[in-house]
Amino acid sequence: MLSDSLLKTIFGRLSFESFPIHEPILLVTFIGVMVGGVGVVALITKFRLWGWLWRDWFTSVDHKKIGIMYMILGFIMLLRGFADALMMRTQQAIAFGGNPGYLPPHHYDQVFTAHGTIMIFFVAIPFVVGLINYVMPLQIGARDVAFPYLNNLSFWLTVAGAALVMVSLFVGEFSRAGWLNYVPVSNLQNSPDTGPDYYLWALQIAGVGTTLSAINMVTTIIKMRAPGMTMMKMPIFTWTALCSNVLAVAIFPILTAAFAMLMLDRYVGTDFFTNDLGGNAMMYWNLVWIWGHPEVYVLVLPTFGIFSEITSTFSGKRLFGYSSMVYATVVITILAFLVWLHHFFTMGSGASVNSFFGIATMVISIPTGAKIFNWLFTMYRGQIRFELPMMWVVAFLITFTVGGMTGVLLAVPPADFVLHNSLFLVAHFHNVIIGGVLFGLFAGVQYWFPKAFGFRLDPFWGKVNFWGWVIGYWVAWTPIYIVGLMGTTRRMNHFDDPTLQPWFVIAAIGAAIIAVGIAAFLIQIAVSIKNRDKLRVDGDPWDGRTLEWATTSPPPAYNFAFTPVVHELDAWYDMKDKKAQAPKDGFRAIHMPRNTGVGVIVSALALVLGFAMVWYIWWLAAISFAGLIAVSIGHTFNYDRDYYIPAEDVTRTERGLPAAAGA
Amino acid sequence: MREHPSLARRLVRPALLPLLALLAGCERAVLNPAGDVALQQRNLIYASTGLMLLIIVPVLVLIVLFAWHYRKGNETATYDPHFDHSTSLELVIWSAPLLIIIALGALTWSSTHLLDPFRPLGRVSADKPIDPKAKPLQVQVVALDWKWLFIYPEQGIATVNELVLPVDRQVRFDITSTNMMNTFYAPTMAGMVYAMPGMQSTLHAVLNQPGTFKGMSANYSGAGFSDMRFGLHGVTPADFDAWVARTRAAGRPLATATYLKLEVPSEKVPVMRFASVSPDLFDRVVNRCVRPGTPCMRDVMAHDAAAGGGDPHATQAGAGMPGRHSAQPPGGAKPKGALFKDESEIAPAPNITKPRQPGAPGATKPASPENRNMSFLLPTVPGQTARTGRG
Repeated sequence: MLSDSLLKTIFGRLSFESFPIHEPILLVTFIGVMVGGVGVVALITKFRLWGWLWRDWFTSVDHKKIGIMYMILGFIMLLRGFADALMMRTQQAIAFGGNPGYLPPHHYDQVFTAHGTIMIFFVAIPFVVGLINYVMPLQIGARDVAFPYLNNLSFWLTVAGAALVMVSLFVGEFSRAGWLNYVPVSNLQNSPDTGPDYYLWALQIAGVGTTLSAINMVTTIIKMRAPGMTMMKMPIFTWTALCSNVLAVAIFPILTAAFAMLMLDRYVGTDFFTNDLGGNAMMYWNLVWIWGHPEVYVLVLPTFGIFSEITSTFSGKRLFGYSSMVYATVVITILAFLVWLHHFFTMGSGASVNSFFGIATMVISIPTGAKIFNWLFTMYRGQIRFELPMMWVVAFLITFTVGGMTGVLLAVPPADFVLHNSLFLVAHFHNVIIGGVLFGLFAGVQYWFPKAFGFRLDPFWGKVNFWGWVIGYWVAWTPIYIVGLMGTTRRMNHFDDPTLQPWFVIAAIGAAIIAVGIAAFLIQIAVSIKNRDKLRVDGDPWDGRTLEWATTSPPPAYNFAFTPVVHELDAWYDMKDKKAQAPKDGFRAIHMPRNTGVGVIVSALALVLGFAMVWYIWWLAAISFAGLIAVSIGHTFNYDRDYYIPAEDVTRTERGLPAAAGA
Repeated sequence: MREHPSLARRLVRPALLPLLALLAGCERAVLNPAGDVALQQRNLIYASTGLMLLIIVPVLVLIVLFAWHYRKGNETATYDPHFDHSTSLELVIWSAPLLIIIALGALTWSSTHLLDPFRPLGRVSADKPIDPKAKPLQVQVVALDWKWLFIYPEQGIATVNELVLPVDRQVRFDITSTNMMNTFYAPTMAGMVYAMPGMQSTLHAVLNQPGTFKGMSANYSGAGFSDMRFGLHGVTPADFDAWVARTRAAGRPLATATYLKLEVPSEKVPVMRFASVSPDLFDRVVNRCVRPGTPCMRDVMAHDAAAGGGDPHATQAGAGMPGRHSAQPPGGAKPKGALFKDESEIAPAPNITKPRQPGAPGATKPASPENRNMSFLLPTVPGQTARTGRG
């Protein structure tokens, strides 16, 4: 029999009690995940895909493959986050009067915390980073990003963070302190359990990944554009990617610092955000929202870029007011830093402070409004082809305009006094995040999927996906707006007033319609893979305008055999216009970065470190941290980082011939 | 200023009709206020919405119109692939939102100052100016985990989860919290203000209609948050005096010991009334020194400030402070940082979805309300066993 003290030295605070074996919902989920996981592993083993996955994907430093992996991560986490959403909508649809619903507060509180955390950090960010990763280097005619290994590491650190959140579902529990892990709820005193620690370690690990990725993207855009592509000839998506990543570089360190201070409070006993001994929760709120508001623009600016590219392509016109679009983007980037206080007007800042932040918030709607007009006048006198990406654009324009209006309404401080923390606010940010970010990402996926895989997505299931989301969004969130105007507040586990119930039932139906949309997307992918030969396309299926359409679909590993030279804004349109011919010979060997497994190893060690710290397993934390440092330093002595694709191979690829045997 | 909402409202009414029709029959708090502050806030919502609809409606119409008219199949539509710049159009698309925002910004600036919660009211209702000699009624609000304590310092009484106000009299709320951050929110009366530990915020409001309304915490504050509600009763001044007298006569005193018991986390707390209350209780809550022997925050800070002005070698914070660092915070023992715990101090972290409340039926009867009282999971105050809040 091991002594209690020895057990705690080995396992920290982990014990049999830490597993939710008495909780039917979690147990069934766990069994489902296990069966599914074992099935996937068995299939991969049966088809002997492990070596292929490791060599060609996990260790890949190719920005295109990393981009695709980011998208897959984002979609898997979307399923998790959406499952949380369905649970919340069901709970709120039944918990009225005396009915407590089926989720007790401590479980429900974890569900809404996990939903917000996952949707922002592990769905929206991976989707946006993934699209930028895939498209931006192609758009600027680059071979890869500036730091290919760092890109791989960033991705795997994000995966490690996501994995830690998923682990919390089955081992211990997740935070119950809201998606920003608010103090005082998340103080050690109020939440001595593992929840806030899981949150903090997951986001710190993923946050390092996001910061490194942002640095990588900014460097790539600044330094690696094709000759002739001056800043004002950059595609608009690249511009928005630049602004978004500049914002991310500036704000993520703030979040990391705020979380680090909360970690010190919890692990070392400092008093940054405690209620006593000089600590103050308000400081945490300020810090997380100084990150939080610009983060909205980190996510939405790239999708503005996506909408711009799509509107221009499918209207068969250059983007209306390109330079005013660029200035609008830059203005939003700068103003994004000046508005964070509008998240807590009701904290008791004076009237002048509140007015300043309220008016600054409204000012953002000027460049945003200008953007909407620019899209409008891009359609004006165009020939609009209503393919799926363009359908998403129109749905976005309508949905997002309404969300923008409710946002400006919330920026009026006295109006915010009655609408803050209400379901009106919740409906507003879902309106802009679903209508702005998510619609944009779906538009982007439909638009660039043929580029990435060489075949189109099935249009029928794409339409089911589209209508499921659009109708589902409006059915789910209109009632929430209405109950918000009735003074119903957020994060409620149950309600007293039974007359509100019909609204929440409608909202739950809306969520079910969205579920149909999500299922349709999965079916769309499956059907398209099955029918890929019928859906096959060449390099430029949409009559595109920017450089990514100049290469084949899917592009070769090296993107462009010759670095393109840019003369005009819509470079590929310009080349087509001038009937430029792709070179057929004279190819040279191409210098490429070599794959490395170090990113996977470092991230795995970071995951172990996070898990050990959450459970107070100090010996494991020390070993994994030492290992992490050792591997990182060891990697700096690896000089075998590049190779050349021989000129013959490039020639074969460019002429559409199969690769030489053994290559 | 008073003309602002009404003028805008006249313009806006037709545009708002669909929205209003949607809400018809919903006698609801935010849009159907009983207090003048909430009324002005609602009018502001209408005015700003109307102002924005001036641009939003044309944009929405144009989106649908352009998308339809310039579809590829339409032979009658002009196709001009080179139309990508127009200085006059650019001027319009930047200045139209700018003008709206200038108007809205002016409205924001004036209304934010007018409806600043710290500012005493300028009027009791739209047609009733405030009597400059009448003192506002003082109510001190303490957000406890998870119930509301209202102290009436002038009347010397206190209540839990019940707020009784005389109509048409200005009320000044001083608001604080003991542990969690909450918001004090009575949607029919006025907007919400945060209740924060160690800090005091203020709200001026007035209730114009007698009746019973709802109040709540609108800011998530942990397990018992959903039931952290209070009844708001608007009564005539005579009824208010009678209620005060009744409370004085019938209730028990809110002694320090009772308060400390009340402070322990509890959920779904029934209404309580206290006949007397120490006049400095609120002040001690704000300064976090209700527990006897705890130094008040104010004194500690004054001490720190004084040290800075004296001997330059004694400037480090906390030099020679009263025993604050060794004192226990009000919520109970401050937990040790995890890294400093030895094995015997590391408590195993069970999954708390397991219902461990004694007597709770748990998974065998998942809908039982007994499963939901999770306050027993919170750290206990030594010597306190009352956990249901009935005391």
